[in-house]
Order: sequence, then structure tokens, then C-alpha cells
Amino acid sequence: MSVLSMIVSQLINGLQSGSVYALIALGYSMVYGIIMLLNFAHGDIIMVGAYIVWVTMSVLGLPPAVGIIAAVAGCTLLGVIIEKVAYTPLRKSPRLSLLITAIGVSFFLQNIAQLIIGAGSKTMPAIVSGPNLYIGSVNLSFVAIVTIVVSLISMAILTILVQKTKMGKAMRAVSEDMGTAQLMGISVNKTISFTFAIGSALAGIGAVLYSCAYPQASPTMGSMLGLKAFVAAVLGGIGSIPGAMIGGFAIGILEAFVSAVGLSVWKDGVVFAILILVLLIKPTGIMGREIKEKV
Amino acid sequence: MKRILALVLVLVLALALFGCGGKANEPSKTPGGTDQPGKPAEGGSIKIGLLGCITGEYAQYGIAVHNGAKLYINKVNAEGGVNGKQIEIVEYDDKGDGTEAVNAFTRMVDNDGITALIGSVLSGATIAVVSEAYPIGMPMISASATAAGVTYNEDTDTVFSNVFRVCFIDPFQGEKMAHFAAEVLGAKTAAVIYETGNDYAVGLKDAFVKAAQEIGISVVADEGYSKGDKDFRSQLTNIAAKNPDVIFSPNYYEDDGMIVTQARQVGVTGTFLGGDGWAKVTEYASAADLEGSYYCSAYAPGSTDAVKQFEADYAAAYNGETPNMFAALGYDAAVVLVDALKAAEAKGLTAGTDEYKAAVIEAMKNTSAVGVTSQYSFDEFNNPIKDAVIIKITDGKEVFDRMF
Repeated sequence: MSVLSMIVSQLINGLQSGSVYALIALGYSMVYGIIMLLNFAHGDIIMVGAYIVWVTMSVLGLPPAVGIIAAVAGCTLLGVIIEKVAYTPLRKSPRLSLLITAIGVSFFLQNIAQLIIGAGSKTMPAIVSGPNLYIGSVNLSFVAIVTIVVSLISMAILTILVQKTKMGKAMRAVSEDMGTAQLMGISVNKTISFTFAIGSALAGIGAVLYSCAYPQASPTMGSMLGLKAFVAAVLGGIGSIPGAMIGGFAIGILEAFVSAVGLSVWKDGVVFAILILVLLIKPTGIMGREIKEKV
Repeated sequence: MKRILALVLVLVLALALFGCGGKANEPSKTPGGTDQPGKPAEGGSIKIGLLGCITGEYAQYGIAVHNGAKLYINKVNAEGGVNGKQIEIVEYDDKGDGTEAVNAFTRMVDNDGITALIGSVLSGATIAVVSEAYPIGMPMISASATAAGVTYNEDTDTVFSNVFRVCFIDPFQGEKMAHFAAEVLGAKTAAVIYETGNDYAVGLKDAFVKAAQEIGISVVADEGYSKGDKDFRSQLTNIAAKNPDVIFSPNYYEDDGMIVTQARQVGVTGTFLGGDGWAKVTEYASAADLEGSYYCSAYAPGSTDAVKQFEADYAAAYNGETPNMFAALGYDAAVVLVDALKAAEAKGLTAGTDEYKAAVIEAMKNTSAVGVTSQYSFDEFNNPIKDAVIIKITDGKEVFDRMF
């Protein structure tokens, strides 16, 4: 295998894990954009999604399509419920209370999963399978292709949704200025719930893709994944949708190359070092706009 | 005020300690000798100690080892004993605790006058006994203590010449699999992927790499990962680029399952090899991805004729129970020890004397006794050189392949 094809292979590895990071980072970024909340329970929604796949396919023995639909629908519903139960009552509270509540929800989800399903990891059945492709000496795994393609399609749909639809316009308006949007007759509550629903649906898709690539579900799987996606969102510029995508892919590719040169032990360290560097040098991230504090 | 508080706390602590100490010093019940109806031996008897945790948290291990050892010794006695002498078992419970183990050992030596010891079961308790047994040259064999420190003190570079064990220590598996790769699979190149910071994985990997280099397998890729990692694609892509004949993955089953799955995705085609951490890996990766992988283990139920015979005898003696690895190793420990007793008897020595004990140690060191799980000999650290069970994964099942 030549150096070039090696680099291409590693790039594909990076794009594969990066697309999952990007999908999760989108959820982080959208929620932050609209209510300035770092939803730390977002990673755990992935975990719930993975368990939904496991329950429908391994326990109930249903086909993969049912598992995928159930996971996406389940995550969407869970996201909206969390927003209604935990965050709506605190809309007027200081932002710190919201942040702490989000961490509380995260712990709650992890522990409830541990209580019901147990602390050990569960093995996923194969959701998609197909032959590996070879382009020259570069090996393309079927799962990698599916992951990258599905996440790109999801991102395209999201972009259209935000830019071209009425609901998208409402989302942008609410994130710009919640008070004025309300005065213009936009239902703020509905828009916020919709944002959570979209973000969580993306997390559901992320959960399915993650389960294809790493076929094990465990109660704490969401925490590291969520943190990495958070770093991706910050790197891209939190609040920015294209930023979250770029950040996700960047973190995935970076991890792949750090591991490839034999520094796999430093992989997490490098990712969090990026977070520190971004916050020190360019806190708004790659795509973030600087917003002047309104006085 | 603070000083008074501190004083009170110290007193409370001291009382609590005394309380515990008092309990610990109560004579522990010794259920020993239950299987030994105290037959008056015609030619006298040979007393050996049997020590292990037969109550408490780790009782499952201890009971199995003791049952296995007693099964063999009762068989020897029923067939007329050693040189016409019956072997008398003095059985004590150490509850898995080092202090209890040393107390029991002292009693065995001073009151019961044992000639040799089978025990203890846990590494910690065994090491505690070794420190007492080494100075007095007491022959000792453990069925299940795997820690390196049981037979060898690294700090002082001392091999405890009187102490043996029948279980293999972790790194031995790495060596075994390297030889298996070369001799059975004809491998020329190998790769390793292991969890850095995990003593088990690193120990096996180091032993594999060392043995591989000695026998001419070139290790073309050496990849690590850290605890909790789920993504191994980058490392595995590096391995795929080198296209090795075998990949040694000496980790625990969850990681191994994930590694094999991802390896097939990035185009690794070689045969996977693992250690006993692979047991139950079939629940963590697909049958197709695992097909043809091998791992080694210490014991496989129903594998060989010797094991089948042992299982039948064990079931007959213990209400139909199925023996586990610990029972088999307990049996083997007794086999190796009794074989050495025969050698000492053949020299016409008197049981209990120092010369007798030295002869037993000498005989164990040069043993070639055949137990249930293997034939035994010992290396310079008194660790066994024995066969491992090779398990092959076929159609998603972990199947006994051969003894190696």
C-alpha cells in the first residue's frame, strides 16, 4: 500500500467518525443558537437511540428498518420531552441553572439506562451490511460509505429546512432575537420544541450510524461522544450550522491521523487541547460571528 | 478541643481494630479430614496440608481446588497409597486472607507436622505463606495463584525454589500463541494491537513479540490504544497496510469483538489470535468476522479423554457436580505433588524430615507428571511449561481445537 492510498484510507476513517461527530455537533449548535444552552444531555440521547436499536432488533427481533425508524422517532420524542420537562420551566432562570439541569438530565439518562439494562455493554446486530469496495489499493468499507453518505444527505436536508422553509425562518428569527420574534407573531415555544426535535432526530440518525460502525451499546457511551461533538461545535463556531459540520469532520480526521502516526494514547488529549486552543485564540470558532453584547 | 477529638477518634479506631482482631484470632473451624475416615495406615502416613479459601467471597475457587485435590489423593489412598503409606490431608481455611493463611500454615507446621503443602488459592494469601515457607524449605504447590511474585521476588531477584504452581501465568499465553502461529499456522508476519496501560494485555503482548522474534516471525505492526476507545480503524488501517498473516489481540472480549469487526471493515484479512480474555467473544462480533480465529485457555470442559474421565470421577464423588478449571488445577497440583512424594519415598527417607522435603522439592523441579490438563515441567522460575487449550471459532461457536 502506497503512502498516498494510506492517507486516503485514514481520511476515510476520519470522515466516517467525523460524520457522526458532525451530526451530534449540529444538535449542540442548534440548541445553543436558539436558547444559549449547552445541552450536555445531547450525547446521552445517542445512547438511548442505540439502545432503542438494540431493543427493536435484538430483543424483539424486528428488521433493521423498524429499528432505524424507532431510534430516530424515539430520540426526537425524547428530545422534546426533555425540553418540556427540564428546560421550559427554567427559561427565565439564569443560564447556569439550565446548564446544571442539562448535566443532571445527562446523569439521569445514564443511570436509568444502567438500572434498566445493566452496566455491561450490549452487542448490536448488523444494521447494514455489504461488500467492501476497492478503489485501487484503497479499501472502502460499506459501513463507511453508508455513514458518510447518510450524514451528508441529512445535513443537506437540514440546510434546506433552515434556509428555505417557514419553520426554518422562524428558527433563525428566534435565535436572532427571541423578544422581537415573539412580537412578530412567531410561536417561540413551538419553534424551540421544533429545534430540539430536529437536533434530537439528527442524534437518532447519529445513533444508528454509530451503532453500524461500533456495534456495542453501553450506558456511558454518550458522554465521551457528546464531549467530542461539543469540541467539534466549538471549533466550528457554536451556533453555526455549517460550522458544526466542518468542526465534526475536522475532529474526526484529526483523531484518525493522530492514531495513524502511533499516538493513539494521546487521541483524546489532542481533541481537548484543540478546545483549549480555540477558546484561547478564536473563541467564536471557524464559522462563528462575533455578536456584540446588547446593552 | 481538637486534640481531645483526635484522641477520641484514635481510641475508637483502636477499639474497632481490636474488635476485628479479636474475631480474626478466634480459632477457625477446620472442616478438614471429612473425606479422610482416619484409616490406620499400615506403613505410617504422609501428612500434607491443603490450604485455601473455602469460605468467604472467593469460596467458589477454594472449594473447587480443594475438591479437585482431594479427589486425586483419595484415589491414590484407595489404590494403596504411596509406598504403602496413606496420605493424610490436613485441611485449613484461610478465607482468602494473608494473615489467616500464615496462621493456618504455622499451625500446620508446628501442630500437625506437615511434609508438603497444596495452597493457597488466591495470589495474595499464597505470597503471604511463601514468606514463611521459603525459609524453612517447605515444598509448596499452588493450583491457582497466578501473580508473578508467588515464585519469584523481582526486587531481590530471588526464585522461591520451594514454590511451584500448575496454573500458567498470563505472559505464558503470549509465548504460546506465538509458537502456535509459527508451528501450526505457518505464520511469517504478525501484528499486535493491545490496550496500553492494561497489565494483562501488555504482558501477553510483550511475551508474544519476544517469542515471535526468537522463532522468526517478524512483527510488522505494533499498535496500542487506550482504555475506553471504541474506534480502532486508524490503527487497523496501519495493520491492513502491512497485510500480516496473524494479528494478536490480547485484550478483553468487548474490545476484541470491536477490533475484529472493524478490522474486517478496513480490510484486515489475517487470522486473529487472542488469550483467555477472548472467552465469550462470540457474543461481541459476528460469526463471519470471527471465523477461523484462535485463542488459548487453561481448561475446556469435555475436551480430551483425560478431561472427560476427570469430569466423570468428579461428578461421581461430588453429587454430580461439573468441575471447573479450578477443580482441574487442584487435581493437577495433587498429581504433581504426589508424584514427587513417590520419588522421596523411593529414596527411603522419613516423611517430615528436612531431607525428605528437599527430595520432594527436587522431584517437583524435575517432574514430568501428567495431570488432567497437561503434562508438567517447570521453568527456571518454577512456572509450569504445559499445554494450553486452543479454542477455534467456527460458525460463531467457540470450539475446542487441540492441546498445544
